Amino acid sequence: MEFFVAQVLTGLANASSLFLVACGLSLIFGVTRIVNFAHGSLYMIGAYTGYSLMQVLPGAVGFWGSILIAGLVVGLVGLLIEILVLRPVYRAPELFQLVATFGVILVIQDLALLIWGPEDLLGPRAPGLRGVVRIMGEPIPKYDIALLIITPFVAVALWYLITKTRLGVLVRAATQDREMVGALGVNQSWLFTGVFALGSALAGLGGALQLPKGGADLLMDFNILAPVFVVVVIGGMGSLPGAYLAAIIISVLNVFGVSYLPESTLVLMFVVMIVVLMIRPYGLFGREEVAGEHGQVGEPERPIKPASNTVRMVVAAGLVLLALLPLYGSHFSLVLITDVLIFCLFAASLHFLLGTGGLVSFGHAAYYGGGAYVAALLVTHVNSPMELAFLLAPVGAGLVALAIGWVCLRLTGVYFAMLTLAFAQLIWSLVFQWGDVTGGDDGLVNIWPAEWLKATTVYFYFTLVIAVSGILILRHVAHSPFGYALRAARDSERQAEATGIDTRKVRLLAFGFAGFMGGLAGALFVFSKGSVFPNELEIARSFDALIVVFLGGVKTLAGGVVGAGFFKGIEEVLIRFEYWRLLMGLLIIFVVIAAPDGVVGSLRKGLERVGLRKVEDQ
Amino acid sequence: MLEVDRINSFYGKAHVLRDLSLDVPKGEVVALLGRNGAGKSTTMKSVMQIVRTASGSVRFEGQEISRLPPHKIAKLGVGYVPEDRRVFSDLTVVENLIVGYQPPREGSVTWTRDMLFDLFPNLAERRNNRGKALSGGEQQMLTIARTLMGNPSLVLLDEPSEGVAPVIVEQMVQVITQLKSEGLTVLLSEQNLHFAQAVADRAVIIESGARVYHGTLAELTANPDIRDAYLAA
Repeated sequence: MEFFVAQVLTGLANASSLFLVACGLSLIFGVTRIVNFAHGSLYMIGAYTGYSLMQVLPGAVGFWGSILIAGLVVGLVGLLIEILVLRPVYRAPELFQLVATFGVILVIQDLALLIWGPEDLLGPRAPGLRGVVRIMGEPIPKYDIALLIITPFVAVALWYLITKTRLGVLVRAATQDREMVGALGVNQSWLFTGVFALGSALAGLGGALQLPKGGADLLMDFNILAPVFVVVVIGGMGSLPGAYLAAIIISVLNVFGVSYLPESTLVLMFVVMIVVLMIRPYGLFGREEVAGEHGQVGEPERPIKPASNTVRMVVAAGLVLLALLPLYGSHFSLVLITDVLIFCLFAASLHFLLGTGGLVSFGHAAYYGGGAYVAALLVTHVNSPMELAFLLAPVGAGLVALAIGWVCLRLTGVYFAMLTLAFAQLIWSLVFQWGDVTGGDDGLVNIWPAEWLKATTVYFYFTLVIAVSGILILRHVAHSPFGYALRAARDSERQAEATGIDTRKVRLLAFGFAGFMGGLAGALFVFSKGSVFPNELEIARSFDALIVVFLGGVKTLAGGVVGAGFFKGIEEVLIRFEYWRLLMGLLIIFVVIAAPDGVVGSLRKGLERVGLRKVEDQ
Repeated sequence: MLEVDRINSFYGKAHVLRDLSLDVPKGEVVALLGRNGAGKSTTMKSVMQIVRTASGSVRFEGQEISRLPPHKIAKLGVGYVPEDRRVFSDLTVVENLIVGYQPPREGSVTWTRDMLFDLFPNLAERRNNRGKALSGGEQQMLTIARTLMGNPSLVLLDEPSEGVAPVIVEQMVQVITQLKSEGLTVLLSEQNLHFAQAVADRAVIIESGARVYHGTLAELTANPDIRDAYLAA
C-alpha cells in the first residue's frame, strides 16, 4: 500500500511537465489548426534557457524566477516563429505548415548545439527542496511534492483563462469557426500569434520545470513528442481537463510500468492510447472533428493526367543517364544514387497515401523500417535465403499496414494522423525493447544480399529496376479505377459512398498497398546496408518522407519522387558541414514560404505564368 | 452608405458575380432578391471580403473597403449575419455575444446585452445554454444579436427567414422594423417576397450574379411581370 501511494505520487509529479507541454500543443492546434511538431523543440529551449538562468540567478527566488523567465523567453521565441515562419504560409494547403515547423526543429537543434554544446546538462536542484519527505515510510523527493502542488494551480489558472475571459471565449470561438470570428471584427492574425506564443510559453515552462528531475539534452525535443501526442489524443484535442487527466494516467502507468514490467515502459502508453481510442474515438473529452470546416483554404485539386510526351522523354532520358551511371560515376556515386532511389520509392509510397488517398500518415517509417526488419529477422532467425526474405519483407510490411490501417481508419483528420504516429512509435518501442529477438538498440547486422547481387554495380541495377518499377506501379494505380475510387473518397466521401464505393475498404487497401511499397523500399535498404537499426522506424524517418512529399508537392503526382531526389541530393551535400541541420532547416522554411505548392507545383505554375506551359482546365 | 460598383467574384474558376452594382442609402432597408443560386449570399460575402472580389469597388461611407480583411470591415461598422447562422455551438448564448462585442462607435446605436435580451426575450431565457441546444429560430436571433453587439451602422442580413417557423418570421419583421427605427441601415437578402415587402424600402433583383432590376418596393409590387420573370412564386 505504502509503495503504491508513493508510486502514484511520483506519477502525478511526472505528469506536471507533460501536462503543460500537451496543453500548449492542444491550444495551438485548436485555434491555428497547426500540428506544431516544433513543440518538443520549444520544450527543449525552455529547459536549456532555464538551466542557463539558474546558473546566474541565485537562491530560491532565482530558481523559480528562472523557470518563469524561461517560459516567457520561449513564449517570445514562439511569437517570432509564428510571425516569421507560419504567417506567410497560413494560406498554403492544409498541413503544409507542419513542414515549416519541421524546418524549425532542425534549426533549433543546431542552435541549441551551438549555444549549449553537445553534453547533457544535469539540472540544478531546487533550493530548499533538496531532500525527501517520508510519506507512509516511503521517500518522496520534496521537489515532487512541490510539483504536485503547483500543477493544479497552473491547470486552474489556464482553465480560468479559457473559460472565463474574453480571450478564452475568442479562442474557443476561433477553434470552431475562425472565419466567422474574423467577420465579427476580431483580428485573427493576432489571436493566432497570441495563442501560439501562449502555447509555446507553456512548453517552455514545462521544460524548465522538469530540470531538477531530468536536466537538459539535445534529444529531449523528439523524446517528448510521442508522449505529448499520446496525451493530447487520449485527452481529446483541445480539452484541458482531458490533457490533465491523460497526462496523469500516462505518467502514473509509466511509473508502475518501470517497477513491474520494465521491458514494456515504452509500449505501455501506446497500448493505453489504442484502448482509449477503441472505446472513445475522439479521446476522453474530445469532440468529433468536423470535416470541411469553415475557412478551409487552398484551391481545388487538379485532375491528374497521363504524362505528356515531353515529360516521358525527359524521364526516359534521365533513366538512361542513370542506367549508364556505372560507366562514368564513381563507386561513391553508385552508393549515393542507390540511397536516393530507395528513398524515392519510400517517398512515393507515402505520396500515394497522402496525395492520391488524402490520408495523412505521420508514421510511414513503420512500414519502411518494418519491411527492413522483416527481411533482417528472416535472415537472422530462420536463415532464410535473401531472395525469399526480400519477397516477404513487403508482404509483411503490407500486412502490418493493413492491421494498423484497420484501427486508424476509424478516425479521420488529425486524429488519424496522430494515431498512425503512435502506432509507428509502438512498433519502434517493440523493436527497441525486445532485444532478444530484434537486437534492440544494437540492431541486426550481417544482412547481405545473395552472392549474385553482392557487387555494388549489380545491386545498383537491382535497386534501379525495383524502385523505378515500384514508382511506376504506384503511378499506374493512381490512374486505375481503384485510384479513381480512392480519389473520389478523398474529395467527397459522402458522394463516393452514394455512388457505391466502399470508402473504408478502398482506403484500407490503399493503406496496405502503400505499406507494401514502403516495405519494398525498406527491403532494398536493408540489403544495401547489410544492417538495420531501430532508427529506421523512428519519428524522424517518418518526417523525412513527409517533408519531401510536401516540399515536392502533394498535389502533383511527381511530387514525392522529385522531392525525394531533390532533397536527398541536397542533404548529401549539406551533411558535410558541421551545422547542416541549420542549413537544411532554413532551406525547408524557405521552400515552404517561397513555393507553397511544392517544388513541382510551383514549377508548373511558374511555367504557366511565363507561357511555356499551357494552363490546364480544372 | 454602401456603394457596390461593378464587382466580380469567383469561386475557383466559376464566375459568380458579374459586374454587380448596388446602392444602399443610409437609413433604408434594401432587399436583395433572387432565386436560389443567383448569388445573393456571395454578394454579402463579397461586401464583407470573405469572398475576395476580383475587380470592382465596394465603398462604405465613402471609404474603399474591397482590399481590407474582414475584421477591419467589421470594425468600420459593417455587421454580417450569415445565412447558415454559424452560431458557435459549444459556446453559451452569453459567450456568443461576447465574441461579437466591439467598443461603442460614434453615430450608431450602442447595444448592450440587456437591450438585446429585451429585443429577443427567448435568448434571455436561454442565456446559459450552449449554441447547439438552441432551436433554429433561436439560433437565428442569436446570430443577429451577436452581430448587433458590434454596434454596426450597416447590417448585412443574409436570408433571415430561411428555415425558421412562421412565428419567428413574424418576429424577424418586427426586429428589422425596430432596427430601422433605431437608424440602422440594412441590406437584406431574401427569397421570400412577402417578407421583403413587409420591411424593405427598395429592391434589387439579381439573376446569375448580375443585376436585372432595381427600384422601390412599391414599383416592384406594381409590376408583376418582373416578379414572375425573376422570382420564384
